Amino acid sequence: MKSKKSRLEKHHIEDLVGRSYMAFCVLLLIVIIISMVYFVASKGLSTFITGGVSVGEFFFGTKWAPEADTPSFGAFPFISGSFLVTLLAALIASPLSICAALFMTEIVPGWGKKLLQPVIELLAGIPSVVYGFIGLSVIVPFLRDTFPGQGIGVAAGALVLSVMILPTITSVAADALAALPQNLKESSFALGATRWQTISRVILPTTMPSIMTGVVLGMARAFGEALAVQMVIGNAPFVPKSLFESASTLTSVITLSMGNTTMGSSYNNALWSMALVLMLMTFAFVGLVRLLERRNKI
Amino acid sequence: MGAIAPVRESFQTEDLSIFYGTYEAVKGISLPFAQNTVTALIGPSGCGKSTFLRSLNRMNDEISGSTTKGNIWIDGIDINAPGTDVIKLRQKIGMVWQKPNPFYKSIYDNIAFGPKYHGIKGKKALDEIVESSLRRAALWDEVKDRLKDSALALSGGQQQRLCIARALSVNPQILLLDEPASALDPVSTGKVEELIKELKEELRIVIVTHNMQQAARISDYTAYFYLGTLVEYDKTEKVFSNPENQMTQEYIMGRFG
Repeated sequence: MKSKKSRLEKHHIEDLVGRSYMAFCVLLLIVIIISMVYFVASKGLSTFITGGVSVGEFFFGTKWAPEADTPSFGAFPFISGSFLVTLLAALIASPLSICAALFMTEIVPGWGKKLLQPVIELLAGIPSVVYGFIGLSVIVPFLRDTFPGQGIGVAAGALVLSVMILPTITSVAADALAALPQNLKESSFALGATRWQTISRVILPTTMPSIMTGVVLGMARAFGEALAVQMVIGNAPFVPKSLFESASTLTSVITLSMGNTTMGSSYNNALWSMALVLMLMTFAFVGLVRLLERRNKI
Repeated sequence: MGAIAPVRESFQTEDLSIFYGTYEAVKGISLPFAQNTVTALIGPSGCGKSTFLRSLNRMNDEISGSTTKGNIWIDGIDINAPGTDVIKLRQKIGMVWQKPNPFYKSIYDNIAFGPKYHGIKGKKALDEIVESSLRRAALWDEVKDRLKDSALALSGGQQQRLCIARALSVNPQILLLDEPASALDPVSTGKVEELIKELKEELRIVIVTHNMQQAARISDYTAYFYLGTLVEYDKTEKVFSNPENQMTQEYIMGRFG
């Protein structure tokens, strides 16, 4: 009897309240996420189910004329635009970021880190509208004067994005490099390897899966970025023939058009379909990161 | 580049001091290492023996803030002198660490790694080096059928022998071992000790160990370090049976340290 009574002491009640509260928070989070996914999916899929647009036309059609008398919803220009700027941004940013991370951790770990770390944190904190504005007033005029075309376009978008994803890749890569066992490097030095040989043949190959995680996270950010890209890419609904031609991305077309459509119209639903594509791509990026992390554990 | 040494041994340190910033971790140690012998460095943690060992192939260069004074003579050349080609030097002096640390590569590539740096090309030449290094490290029979497998799939003891084979792959004259068996089980430890005894027929070995029995079993000379100074140095039998210094005796008996 005595032991039964002691089960209801104060700390047991506290424990119960704490657990219930946490369970409630987690549950709420799950419900919110699931309902968001459900909402976007049901809206996005209605283009194909009730709107009569075929999946093939949506993904591979190049004609985007949602308000024409016979509307067509070819989203290929936007999908390809998104992938194009994302890949280009990753191609530009990755080598720079990896070099910056190597500089911070391997070349001059003392003042290099002290100098670069705050700079990179600062870069990560700048609002995207500022990036877009700088892109519009610096990069676009530069491209206009240097290359044929208006300056706005894929190249401008990719350049702005590459600066935006620099901090993501750099910080992930720097963490990965710092986590490398010290004596792994020393083993290479002890065999008479130079610093360059050690970096290129031991340090980079060993940390590559972790660095790729950073690259994928950066690509996820680039893929989802709307405002800065929209300001410099030109927003023409075509597949560009060169890097200096105006184009669009999924995000830029959604932010530009969303306000002008009525809920439930097929134009509106087509935008939701694009949002669904964006969301699925984000899931794919997250899945890829998970995969890379698992590979890295071996 | 250095001057000619007053040689007692072709490999020896002379008045070697090592500083971390202003802290003197090793205080003016002169120690010879004879050919075909194993020299054990013993002493309580923090006595400077690992720091001393790491200075012998200039590995302390990689630690910012550390400076080394004094001379390290190899064949009449002071390798501690500025202007020494550290890359060339480290080919002559192999090193193995406490924790097995194979590269994240195949068994084959772990061994072929060093020779490739030094310009050895051609599959045949590399194959030969891989086989002979693994044989010298008594690992060949265990891994010859899976040279392309990841080195990380080996057991801890095998990994450590792989690291020894890796160090041997560039044909060093001197092997530095920093507690090479302290992370291994007794069976693997026995194999590594056996290996050390075989290898001293070809080169000279300097080993840091916390295991007194191990020092007694495998070494020819023993140096006892305490707080950065060399307290005693003599033949191992002498140090373990009849040490000059009271402190050495107490440490060896396990009464202190």
